[in-house]
Amino acid sequence: MIMKKCYFDHVATNPLHPDVLESMMPYFTEEFGNPLSVYEYGIKAKDAIEAAREKVAALVHAKPAEIIYTSSGAEANNFALRGMALARQNEGKHILVSRMEHHSILNAARFLEKSDFTVTYLPVDKSGFVDPDTVKKMITKETTLISVTHASSEVGTIEQIKEIVKVAKEHNIIVHTDAVATTGNIPVDVQDLGVDLLSMAAHQFYGPKGAGALYVKQGTRIVPLIYGGIQESGRRAGTENVPAIVGMGKAAELAKAEMQKRMEYLRPLRDKIIDTMANVERVYLTGDRTARLPGHASFCVEYIEGEAMLLLLAAKGIFSASGSACSSKALKASPVLLSMGIPSGLAQGSIVFSLGMDNTPEDVDYLSNEFPAVIRRLREISPYAQGWGDREEGGSCTVKK
Amino acid sequence: MKFVENVKPDVTTDIVYMMCPMHLLKLEEQIKELDPGQILEIMTDYDGAFEDIPAWCRKTGNEFLGVQESPDFFKFYIKKGTR
Repeated sequence: MIMKKCYFDHVATNPLHPDVLESMMPYFTEEFGNPLSVYEYGIKAKDAIEAAREKVAALVHAKPAEIIYTSSGAEANNFALRGMALARQNEGKHILVSRMEHHSILNAARFLEKSDFTVTYLPVDKSGFVDPDTVKKMITKETTLISVTHASSEVGTIEQIKEIVKVAKEHNIIVHTDAVATTGNIPVDVQDLGVDLLSMAAHQFYGPKGAGALYVKQGTRIVPLIYGGIQESGRRAGTENVPAIVGMGKAAELAKAEMQKRMEYLRPLRDKIIDTMANVERVYLTGDRTARLPGHASFCVEYIEGEAMLLLLAAKGIFSASGSACSSKALKASPVLLSMGIPSGLAQGSIVFSLGMDNTPEDVDYLSNEFPAVIRRLREISPYAQGWGDREEGGSCTVKK
Repeated sequence: MKFVENVKPDVTTDIVYMMCPMHLLKLEEQIKELDPGQILEIMTDYDGAFEDIPAWCRKTGNEFLGVQESPDFFKFYIKKGTR
């Protein structure tokens, strides 16, 4: 019997849209030119990446010249944080980043701390929201940059970026948002949001891996992350990944055209999962119930660990993710969940189902039947089924002897 | 090097932090847009421009008016020639 396979990990990556693949194919084969070459091959490649730039810009309501291609969302985030902090270091050396951020922001912030910058990590509430009033209180005369994610891929909460921008602009502070999880999935409009910098990644909206972009508002100076030639107007060196960029353009065009339809398809599927799990004892939705990504359902399941759930679900052909990262000696709870005030024991039982257009209502029915059964089975064998005992708080799950 | 102050440009191009040779490419692109006699200001942090921009002006028949220093970058002034 062929086992059913249900992919519920679309925040990790998405399958390539067939039209995207088709658009990319010529640039792997006959149209292989380097966009900087002055002859026919180069001109065709250059025209292709510029046509893609127009589509990517249109997706976020930017001007084409405001889009800088990168290799990934992580590169865009590193570029934004480091490039902007360094560009404005004569005005101040203090930046604000939220505790909801991806590691490509948090680790870039740590690099800046080692380079004599001061970083304040913004707290979040139990739904994962950064409070604009808290941002206001944390601003100093030295603050030059604020970076808050548009939506966390771990808990799905969509942040109030417009309100944060309002506070920042009263103090002439640059605002970056990591919109990797949102761009192409919900409306993202740089002019409406008012941000100066915005990161995105093509594979989050059915484009290829290896293509991302940073929106940089016209007139904003930014120090390059990668030095070399004059690609991307001398702001990001390296021969362009032409097939991936072409694919990103096509994916952006499709996402813009189909966005409403995609959201309307995904929301009821997401809500079905959330409603089903609301009836299972000691399972808690993480993130906000309404201001959340349309295909995102995340939970903390008491008394069992995320990794165990992932393995048992995978054995049933259900592929999902846990917010907790596993190391060889100790399971560490997710910093994002801990920052939302979720106790470390409960945070170990984190699980994220992220839906995409390849998921059917039957897939969701299958999950709705199998997941509660997996929870029951694991609780039967869990040493913590009667409570967490004297497990220590603070991200470690080492049991006290 | 000729240093100047209070030059009033007709067009300003900010290429601070953009890599070499963007200063020459932008210069060529922008000067095409100007009328003879108009002045272009290029803001750049690239010190190689001290050699490149005057040399480019000599080669292309445009007039290099001079440079003004500011704490983070330089402002180069070029007057479009008649040819």
